[in-house]
Amino acid sequence: MKKIAYMGLFGAVAIIFGYVESLFPVFAGIPGIKLGLANLVTVFILYTYSYREAALVSFIRILVIGFLFGNLFSILFSLAGAALSLACMVLAKKYLGLSIAGVSIVGGVTHNLGQIIVAVLVVENVNLFYYFPALLIAGLITGFLIGILSGEVLKRTSGRKFV
Amino acid sequence: MKKRDFILIGAVLVLALLCWLIPRAAGIFAGEEASQVRITVGGEEYGTYSLSEDQTIEINDTNICEIKDGEVNMTRADCPDQLCIHQGPIHIQGETIVCLPNRVVVEITGNDAEEQLDGIVQ
Repeated sequence: MKKIAYMGLFGAVAIIFGYVESLFPVFAGIPGIKLGLANLVTVFILYTYSYREAALVSFIRILVIGFLFGNLFSILFSLAGAALSLACMVLAKKYLGLSIAGVSIVGGVTHNLGQIIVAVLVVENVNLFYYFPALLIAGLITGFLIGILSGEVLKRTSGRKFV
Repeated sequence: MKKRDFILIGAVLVLALLCWLIPRAAGIFAGEEASQVRITVGGEEYGTYSLSEDQTIEINDTNICEIKDGEVNMTRADCPDQLCIHQGPIHIQGETIVCLPNRVVVEITGNDAEEQLDGIVQ
């Protein structure tokens, strides 16, 4: 029972992060790059529970944010990035022996990879890969920042039980 | 941070550099002489326009883009996120403005070989 309450709480925090981020202006020049604050919650849950809880909270967050501020398109777009990034983070955490910052970098980079693939499929124009190097670097930086933040949050909550 | 994290960071940086260099070495995104705007909708060509001519282009009632001072800018889109509007004007070859919901791509392309000719005498 307590776990369900915590899941709801984490879901709410993720939705608020997503909303707060939608208030910031987009970085000019490179379309759609943002920090991905909501992924802080995903990485945190991945390390305190398992990939199942992380996937559930991500899914709910994307649905709610999508219906509130986006459209069906932005939901599918977000899901593609989130699904690929979570899958790759789970594998990286299990097999690559990285710290939380490294796992989060894998998440950031593969998130952008998933989104550019969906974008290319949707518009049927491969020239979008022009932005791929920039998206790789962006994923590296945002993933690193989110990883460091998640690590700090984990350190400060390590004494608590969320189950 | 472990040693493996730094290896990962290095690998991503090398990959980004390669993805930046290889298309340029192969001449795909190379060339400064960009003078044309090609608009595609869902992969189908909608039209090609000159960057040197100031004009406003309506794309299927969903988007409007404007060519001004050698740059092209998306000025209207009927989607809620407005990412393409916020991006601002582009003018370098290979750059694109994408309106994902409407599947519109505005891209800067180089001169066509034919257009570089001054004229044809028959």
